[in-house]
Amino acid sequence: MNQLDTKFGEFGGMYVPELLIPALDQLEKAFLDAKDDPSFNEEFLGLLKDYAGRPTAMTLTRNLVSNPKVKLYLKREDLLHGGAHKTNQVLGQALLTKRMGKTEVIAETGAGQHGVATALACALLGLKARIYMGAKDVERQAPNVFRMKLMGAEVIPVNAGSGTLKDAVNEAMRDWSANYDTAHYLLGTAAGPHPFPTIVREYHRMIGEETRAQILEKEGRLPDAVVACVGGGSNAIGMFADFIDEPSVRLVGVEPAGKGVHTKEHGATIVTGTKGILHGAYTFIMQDHEGQIEESYSVSAGLDYPAVGPQHAYLAETGRAEYVAATDEEALNAFQLLARKEGIIPALESSHALAHALNMADEAEEETIIVVNLSGRGDKDLAHVTKILGDKL
Amino acid sequence: MERYAEMFARLDAKNEGAFVPFVMIGDPDLAQSEAIICQLVESGADALELGIPYSDPIADGPTIQAASIRAHKSNVTVAKCFELLTRVRSKYPQVPIGLLLYSNLVMAQSIDGFYKKASDAGVDSILVADVPIREAAPFQKAADANGISQILIAPPNATDETMEKIGEYSKGYTYLLGRAGVTGAETAVEIPAAELIAKLTAHKCAPPLLGFGISTPAQVKSAIDAGAAGAISGSATVNLIAANLDDNDAMLSALGEFVQSMKAATAKG
Repeated sequence: MNQLDTKFGEFGGMYVPELLIPALDQLEKAFLDAKDDPSFNEEFLGLLKDYAGRPTAMTLTRNLVSNPKVKLYLKREDLLHGGAHKTNQVLGQALLTKRMGKTEVIAETGAGQHGVATALACALLGLKARIYMGAKDVERQAPNVFRMKLMGAEVIPVNAGSGTLKDAVNEAMRDWSANYDTAHYLLGTAAGPHPFPTIVREYHRMIGEETRAQILEKEGRLPDAVVACVGGGSNAIGMFADFIDEPSVRLVGVEPAGKGVHTKEHGATIVTGTKGILHGAYTFIMQDHEGQIEESYSVSAGLDYPAVGPQHAYLAETGRAEYVAATDEEALNAFQLLARKEGIIPALESSHALAHALNMADEAEEETIIVVNLSGRGDKDLAHVTKILGDKL
Repeated sequence: MERYAEMFARLDAKNEGAFVPFVMIGDPDLAQSEAIICQLVESGADALELGIPYSDPIADGPTIQAASIRAHKSNVTVAKCFELLTRVRSKYPQVPIGLLLYSNLVMAQSIDGFYKKASDAGVDSILVADVPIREAAPFQKAADANGISQILIAPPNATDETMEKIGEYSKGYTYLLGRAGVTGAETAVEIPAAELIAKLTAHKCAPPLLGFGISTPAQVKSAIDAGAAGAISGSATVNLIAANLDDNDAMLSALGEFVQSMKAATAKG
């Protein structure tokens, strides 16, 4: 029996082999026990503040937006230790790993940001990390592979399937099936079977809570919209969570449209997807008419995933949040624009959110405050973007 | 009487356990796969456990993953799998046929729609690898409505609560996991399943077939000695397909010899 709801409406659940149910139950119990344990919270909050650098800044852009009616703020998760929001929830789950008496951590990574966050947390807390990464991603995110290894993690390239994030998740789940007694599967996004979507949301919800406090201090009111990119959806759910019960705040998730949502090369699961089960959850997925999972595509490895966290599926279905898609080209433009106008190089993932926020800013006819979750920095993308843009700069 | 019950009664009378090979439908291609399945039955398989190729088989090790990939490369679709099942059923009216597959293949057709097609094709049981008892209700409902046995898995780490549920709902047979991990012959089954089998019997679960890591006649014998109603061998069977991809006849004779030797080990006493 579960103590928490395992589903968001019809979405979510625990579609995993029977063998993994005890491990998921153990995790749910550890999460709930830790929640009521002041010493756990003290250690978690202490690490977030003194090690990771929370609260992160909130920056009002100076030059990016030409519409005088719009104020565009950036929630600066790019400034967090590790280079992206991922560090938040990884520290939480790493502490849970120790609490459960486990000594090893299994993780998957796409862009490498979750892998880097896992590697740093494991180095800090004395855990042994092995990180599965699609072979194609190992190639396009070489600097992050080096970072992980530098911090003592083992990086295992996955050649199966499409050689990207979904295949790395498959391999991590297989490893966990054999080693759950000693190893915790530190899932990197708000997807997968219960209780992961709930744990990941709760360990990222400070993004939205800080945003609320910071915007109230600066503007004396809530923002009109918060905007975040959505692959699996962890940074977006962290930003949305504290605003779900504030109907005046639009929640906008931006998926990767790749080369266009009408092509086969995209990763916009909610915008174009159908319902189905992938990696333990019933949600929106990319599949053919017989249920075979289709490969997603995005210029940004961190959004290249053919499913989405089940709470996003629910927020989309109920209409509480809106989901749109931005193409590779739009993201690359936003990437360059932020660098040139504000002196900030964003991650390609976050550039998707920014691209759509810029469209919203252009179209605004009333006084509007928009907050974009700048979920990570773009250092890791420089080699990849250099290849694409060449000497066009 | 349903086919699994008939099979267990028949084997009991002969003082034998069941040997059940697993192969992926469409591996390496549809025509050869049909020949393989017939060869398994002709060589003494008591029942068949058949997979439908899936893109993301999280409960399977490299051997079964490769089988899925070969079938996909041969353009084997779910629709073609059902056509093959229909032909196998009409050829062998008595052999229990089980499907082992992943939930999204079922969801894509609607749960009831999928079970109806399976029933029409003559399938006796369905095991959905990524549907634990906790999520099984709608699948069980469709199974009951279509005269199919929903197979439940008893893992080595099963809690008493899980055992009770298996006792309450299991039909056909119970898939007893010989060890943790994913499918594969690389890691051997752990036989001290006797304790687990005693628990299953106490909870009146459907007869247990032991699977995961069964690749030798000695393991089949140990499984049956430990009280299992039989053994399932997947990766070891599929390995013989993978090892003979350039020679269809050699593949069939290797499979035939393998099944005969495994079946011979099911004699009790």
